[in-house]
Amino acid sequence: MSASNWLIGLSLLSGAVFAAEPDAQRQKELVHLVRQDCGSCHGMTLKGGLGPALLPENLRDKPAEGLAATIYYGRPGTPMPPWSQFMSEAEAAWIVDKLMTHFPE
Amino acid sequence: MRLLLSLFLALLLNACATPQLRGTGDLGLIIERSSGHVTLVNTTSRQPYARISGLGDLSHASAVYSRDGRYAYIFGRDGGLTKIDLLEARIVKRIIQSGNAIGGSISQDGRIVVAQNYTPGGIKAFDADTLELLSEVPAEYAPGQFSKVVGLADTAGNKFAYALFEGGEIRVTDFSNPKQPKTQRFPAGKQPYDGLVTPDGRHFLTGLFGEDGVAMLDLWQPEKGARKILENYGRGEEKLPVFKMPHLRGWSVAQGKAYLPAIGRHEVLIVDVATWKEVGRIPVRGQPVFVMARPDGRQIWVNFAFPDNGKVDVIDTLAGQVVHRMEPGKGILHMEFAPRGENVWLSARDDNKVVIYSTETFAKVGEIPADSPSGIFFATRAARTGF
Repeated sequence: MSASNWLIGLSLLSGAVFAAEPDAQRQKELVHLVRQDCGSCHGMTLKGGLGPALLPENLRDKPAEGLAATIYYGRPGTPMPPWSQFMSEAEAAWIVDKLMTHFPE
Repeated sequence: MRLLLSLFLALLLNACATPQLRGTGDLGLIIERSSGHVTLVNTTSRQPYARISGLGDLSHASAVYSRDGRYAYIFGRDGGLTKIDLLEARIVKRIIQSGNAIGGSISQDGRIVVAQNYTPGGIKAFDADTLELLSEVPAEYAPGQFSKVVGLADTAGNKFAYALFEGGEIRVTDFSNPKQPKTQRFPAGKQPYDGLVTPDGRHFLTGLFGEDGVAMLDLWQPEKGARKILENYGRGEEKLPVFKMPHLRGWSVAQGKAYLPAIGRHEVLIVDVATWKEVGRIPVRGQPVFVMARPDGRQIWVNFAFPDNGKVDVIDTLAGQVVHRMEPGKGILHMEFAPRGENVWLSARDDNKVVIYSTETFAKVGEIPADSPSGIFFATRAARTGF
């Protein structure tokens, strides 16, 4: 892929992410969901519990799409359930993006 | 003479500062999970009387009580172990004992507090007076592999029973010599997620997440090993997703039957504790989290995992069915009965309050503000096995 194509691809991708960014109210709901309800296994501070820690340093080497799929579809054979009835795939991707950088309080 | 005078003065000052004498039988505490506070409460007046800060990360925190009901030991998620004086409403001592903890228990004789840890996986025993570390037992289930510890329960003879999530085993550690504990291991099944000891202290049960069933160890005859009960209670049906792990602690054995949350099913399972066979199941409105018996065993109160965590179902054990359904608040995380069960306190996390209901009329009788309340623990737990 040429550098210019790659740049176009990147801008399209970030455009898609930007378009999918939930509105402020929904962001608040998702943050609450992650901290309180995901937190019952992963810890309210996301340092882990029965489920693994979800801090940026724990997720750094993992592909974002895979993490979003884990949230959306769950992970069979583990206690991780699918959250698809409570959010869209784009919202799962937004959560992963925040988890990998800095998750809001 | 000077010595006598100063002694006299000290006594005088002390007398002035001494609050009115009182017992702790009607006191308790509410965990405020997100702000590191506990609110101390009085179950007679149904009012808070003090608030203590600085307890760290209290998500999933729990508490046990000293034999005299004066001190609470609070186990925080961040590995903090805090000893609180309910009468003086202050922290007596606080240590960080691990990286990631999930609860704890206190020995039959009240001298040893044991914490159960996820990271590093294992249990640690502390002197109940000083919180000095006495010994630790790593949850190593295969060479170099450590498991998260779940379901720690106090049993007779300063022994503690618990289960290993990854290790799939039940363990019993004997702290009768607290610096040299002895541990027995029993294969249990796939992914034990929590445990309980029956009110008589005889049976330790651990719920299995990785398979349909519950593993049970007779602590009076441990040589017989753990056996499965309620095997295949799902009978191959597709499981519903579980958005929060059920809790078994806070037993619900009533009228000769144990009431247990099903995993991945919106049902409460009923087991005869004489035969350990399933004798029924009761449909409820969500994945049960706590299934708790009122102290007299007449009612079983059930709360639920997300997204049904605003609902509470009440089972009448005589009728064998749900007789009352309520929506007492948003994010109902825990319930605690008044010592003899006339009221129940429920924490409504997302409403930032604890609500108090009559178990007789189901009318609301009180409310206490609290910041994201989770566990509620009353001092009468001091005298009960498994609490």
